[in-house]
Amino acid sequence: MNTLLLALRFLRHDWRSGELRLLVLALIIAVSAVTAVGFFTNRVEQAMVLQANQVMAADLVLFSHRPIAESFEQRATELGLRTAHTLSFPSVILHRDETQLVEVKAVSRDYPLRGELRVRPQAAAEEQRVTRPPAAGNLWGEARLMAALELQPGDRVSLGELNLNLEQILSRDSALGNNFFRLGPEVLIALEDIPKTGLVTPASRVHYRLLVAGERNPVESYQRWARTRLPRGVRLEHLSSARPELRNTLDRGSRFLSLAALVAVLVAGATVALSTRRFVERQSDTSAIMRCLGASQSLILWVLLLRLLLLGLLASLLGIAVGWLAQYLLAGLLSDWFGGTLPSPTPWPILVGLGTGLITLVGFTLPPALRLGAVPPLRVLRRDLGAPPVSTWLLAVCAIGAMALLMRWQAGDATLAGWVLLGTLGTVSLLLLAGWLLIRLLRPLRHRGGTRWRQGLAGLLRDPAMTTLQLTGFGLGILAMLLLGIIRTDLLDAWHRTIPEQAPNHFLINIQPENVAGMQEFFRREQIQPAGIYPMLRARLTRINDKPVAPEQYQDDRAQRLVEREFNLSWAVEPQTGSRIVSGRWWGDENREAPLFSVETGIAETLGIKLGDRLGFDLAGVPIEARVANLRQVRWDSFQPNFFVIGTPALLRDHPTNYITSFYLPPGREALLAQLVRQYPSVTIIDVSAIMRQIREIMQRGSLAVEYVFLFTLAAGLLMLYAGIQASREHRRQESVVLRTLGMQRRGLIEAAGIEFVTLGLLAGTLASLCATATGWFIATEVFGFNFQPSLWTAIVGILGSGSAIGIAGVLATWPLTVRPPLRMLQDG
Amino acid sequence: MDTDHTPDSILVKATGVGKRVNGPGGSLTILDDVSLQLASGEVTAILGASGSGKSTLLGLLAGLDEASSGQIELFGTPLNALDEDQRAALRAGKVGFVFQSFQLLPGMTALENVMLPLELAGVARPAQGAGEALRQVGLADRLHHYPAQLSGGEQQRVAIARAFASGPKVLFADEPTGSLDQATGSRIIDLLFRMREQTGAALLLVTHDERLAARCDHRLQIENGRLEQDTW
Repeated sequence: MNTLLLALRFLRHDWRSGELRLLVLALIIAVSAVTAVGFFTNRVEQAMVLQANQVMAADLVLFSHRPIAESFEQRATELGLRTAHTLSFPSVILHRDETQLVEVKAVSRDYPLRGELRVRPQAAAEEQRVTRPPAAGNLWGEARLMAALELQPGDRVSLGELNLNLEQILSRDSALGNNFFRLGPEVLIALEDIPKTGLVTPASRVHYRLLVAGERNPVESYQRWARTRLPRGVRLEHLSSARPELRNTLDRGSRFLSLAALVAVLVAGATVALSTRRFVERQSDTSAIMRCLGASQSLILWVLLLRLLLLGLLASLLGIAVGWLAQYLLAGLLSDWFGGTLPSPTPWPILVGLGTGLITLVGFTLPPALRLGAVPPLRVLRRDLGAPPVSTWLLAVCAIGAMALLMRWQAGDATLAGWVLLGTLGTVSLLLLAGWLLIRLLRPLRHRGGTRWRQGLAGLLRDPAMTTLQLTGFGLGILAMLLLGIIRTDLLDAWHRTIPEQAPNHFLINIQPENVAGMQEFFRREQIQPAGIYPMLRARLTRINDKPVAPEQYQDDRAQRLVEREFNLSWAVEPQTGSRIVSGRWWGDENREAPLFSVETGIAETLGIKLGDRLGFDLAGVPIEARVANLRQVRWDSFQPNFFVIGTPALLRDHPTNYITSFYLPPGREALLAQLVRQYPSVTIIDVSAIMRQIREIMQRGSLAVEYVFLFTLAAGLLMLYAGIQASREHRRQESVVLRTLGMQRRGLIEAAGIEFVTLGLLAGTLASLCATATGWFIATEVFGFNFQPSLWTAIVGILGSGSAIGIAGVLATWPLTVRPPLRMLQDG
Repeated sequence: MDTDHTPDSILVKATGVGKRVNGPGGSLTILDDVSLQLASGEVTAILGASGSGKSTLLGLLAGLDEASSGQIELFGTPLNALDEDQRAALRAGKVGFVFQSFQLLPGMTALENVMLPLELAGVARPAQGAGEALRQVGLADRLHHYPAQLSGGEQQRVAIARAFASGPKVLFADEPTGSLDQATGSRIIDLLFRMREQTGAALLLVTHDERLAARCDHRLQIENGRLEQDTW
C-alpha cells in the first residue's frame, strides 16, 4: 500500500473532521509569531543599524590625520558605493573683534551619506530638514556660537583668511559619533572653501574622513578589502567601533528584541505540547482499528509521521505567510518612526519559521506520537486500553532539546538563551511539582463541601496527568505574558532610566585645581548640580607586569589604539556612583595609601589585564607602577565622567592634575556657557546633548519594537490558554451530559467549571509570577546589567489576572456544552 | 394504549409526539405521532431494531431533548413549557438512568458517581445513601475504585446503584446489557428488576432483546419511528 497516499487520505480526513485544527492553529500562530518577529526584528535591526550609521553619517568611515589615498575612494566607487569627504579641526571664528573656539567641519556636496542635517533660517524659525550641506562661501553654525558672538543669520564672520556668510543656524547634524568630544560649537562649511581659509597646511592637526555607504553586501566586501590595505595611521570605523555609549544602546536594543522572540518561541512550544496530547488521544482509536485490520506498527508510524511532516510543512508555510503579512502591515505603520520605509527583510526569517515549525512539531509531538504504533488492537473493544505510557525522560529530552535548539537559534546569544531556557525549565519543574502536590492536596478535600465544589475538584482530579499538563501549559502561557510585561515595563524602564531626563548633557574639562572651589560656587549660585568634580591625568600605558606594551602585540584595532594613545586616569577615595566592582576589592581606609589601580573591565579584557597584574604608566615623563586591586564595570551610557583606570590617592595626587565634571544644562540656559567660559577661560565645554538625543531615539524605537512583538506573544499566549482549556473538553463534555441527565442545572455546571479553572488559574498565576520575577531579575542583572526592583504588581496582576482570565475562559468554553440538549450529545457519542 | 390508571398515578405521558432533524438529505423524521403513558410502578419495554427511534423516544420522554411536535408530560408537568434547566430540575432525584455505555464519570470513584444524584436532590449525608446503594448491588468493596479499575459488569452495577440511589419514581434504561456478555447481562437484568421491585419505581426499558422484554408488564414495538403495537 502506498504509505504516502494513505497519509494524504488520513490528512484530508483529519482536516475535515477538525481533529487537527487546534494543532495546526497552534503551529500557525507559533510560526507566524516567530516569523513576524523574525521579519520585523530583521528589518528593525537593519533600520537601527542604519540609524546608528547616521551617527557616523555613513556605513563605514576611514579616518586619518593625513589625506586618505585616492585608491580607497576609487574602490568604493567601483563597488557602486557612495562616498563623501569631511575634514575637521578646531579653529577660531572672528566677528567684530570677538572670537570663539569652534569645531570646523568642512564637508563635500554629498554629505551626509546617512542621517540628516537640520537648520533654522532664524533663531525663532521652524527647524527644516535639508538635503545639501552649505554651498561655498556660506557657513552654518550652532546656536551656541550665535549666543557666544551675538550673531544673527546674514552676518559675516571670518574663518582664517576667508570671510563667510553665516547663512543658517545648524540645529542638527546627526553625524556626531566621530566627533563626540567637541571643543566648541560645530560650524559647517563647504569642503572647497578650505584652501581659501589658509588654515590647513601639511603640519596642521586635521581629521580627514572618507565616508562610505551603500548596499549591505558591497559595504561588507569593501570593509573586507579595506581592512587588509589600511596604511598605518588610517583607521576603519564601523558601527561596532563607534562610541561605546551607542554600542551599548544598540546591543541592548537587539537583546530586547531577541528576548521578545524567545518568549514567543517558548509559548509556541507549550501550545503545541498541549494540543498534541489531545490529537494523540483521538488517534488511539484510529490506530487500534488499523491494527485490527492488519496494519503493521511500522505502517501506522510511517503514516502518522508523514501526516505530521506534511502538516508541519503546511502549517509552517501558512504561518510564514501570516507572519509576513502581519509584519508587513505593522512595519508600514512603524516606518514613520524610522523616517521612511524599513529596509527589506533578508530571507533568513523564512528558514527560521520553517525550522521552528518542524522542530516544534517534532520536539513536542514525536514521543507521544511514537506510542501510537503500540496501541493494542483490543482497544476497539475495550476503550480503556490505550497506548503504553510515554517515557517521561524521552518526552523531556525531546521537548528540552527542541526548546534549547530554538532558543539558541532565535537568541543568537548563548547567555541569554541559557537564562531563558533555565528559567523555563525551572518553571516547568516547579509547575509539574505543583501539579503533583495539588492533586495530592485536593484528594482528601474532594469528599468535603458541596456538589459544585466537589465537582470542580473532581474536574481537577479526573485525570492527574492532564491537570498537571494543563497547569504547566497555563503556567507557561502566563509566565510568557508576565515576562513580556516585565520586559515591556520594568526592563524598558530600567533601560530608559540609564539615561534619566536630567542626565548630564555637558562636560567640562581642563578645570585647573585652583578653579575647583570657584567652579563649585558658580554651580551653586546658578542652581546647577554637577555630577562631581574628578581629578584627571593623562598617561600612557607602558608595561603590563614586566612586559613592555607595544601596539604590534595586539590584533585588535581598539587595543592598538588604546596602547598608542594616552588614557585619562583619575584618583579617588570612593568608587564612582554607577560603577560596580566585579572582582577584587575597592581600597578601604587601610590601603588608601598603598599604590593600587582599579581597571575598567572592558579595557582589561581588550588589553589582557588581569587582577593582580602590575601596570606601568608614563605620566608626563614620570614612570609610575602599581598593582591592579580590582576590576570595575562602568556604565558608559551614564554620561557621568568615567575612567578606564583609577588609582589610589597616594599614587596619583602629587602629579599635575586637571579636573573634569559633567552637568545637566536645561534648555534655554545656553547663555550660561558663555558666562562660564568668560569666567574660566581655560575650561573647555563639551556638549553631548545631541548624542544623548540620538541614544534616546534609539531607545524609544527599540521599545516600540518590543511592544509590537509583545502583541504576537500575547496572541500566542491566549491560544495557549485556549489549547489548555480545550485539552480537557472531551472529559467535560461527557461530564456535562451525565450531570445534566441526572438533573444538574446549567448554573451548577458553570460553577463547577469556574471552580476548576479558577483554582488552576490561581495556582498557575502564583507560580508564573514567582518564576517571571525570578527570570526577570536574572535577565536584568545578569544579561543587561540593570538594577531590577521586582514589582508587587507583577504578582497581583499575575495571580488575579490568571485566576480570572482562565476562570472566565474555562466557563466560556463550558457554556456551549450546557446549551446543547443532552440527548443529542449522547447520540454524538 | 389504553389505561385504567388515575391521572395522579401517570408519571410519563406522550401525546402525538414527533421528532424531525435536518440531515444532509433534507428533513428526516425519526419519530412520528407517538402516544404512550407510563404509570407508577409499571415496567414497560420499548422494542425495535437499530435506528427505529427507540432511544430518541426514551430521551424525549426523560426531557433530554425537545420534541418537534406533540406533548410530553413528566410527573404531570408538560415538558415543552420548560426550559433546559427547568427540565433538569424536574429530573433531579426523581428520575434514574441506566445507559448502554454506563456513562460513569471517569474522574470520580464509584461512591462519588453514586453520590451525584443524591446531592443534586439535596439529600442529607449522600455518602451514606450511596454506600448503601453500592452494597445492594454487591460492590461494597469497590467504593473507592475508579471506573477504569472496574470490569464492564461492575461499571453497570455502579450505574444501577446510581440510578436507584435517590429513590426515583421512574427509571429509564437504554439497552442496559448492550455492552455486556450474555451471562453478565443476565445478572445485571436480574439486579435491575430486583432493585426495581424493592423500590417500586416505574421502569421504561429500551431494548431489542425479546427475552428481556418478556419480563416486562408491557411491550411497545417501534418501527420507523411509529409505535406499531402494544402488548401486555
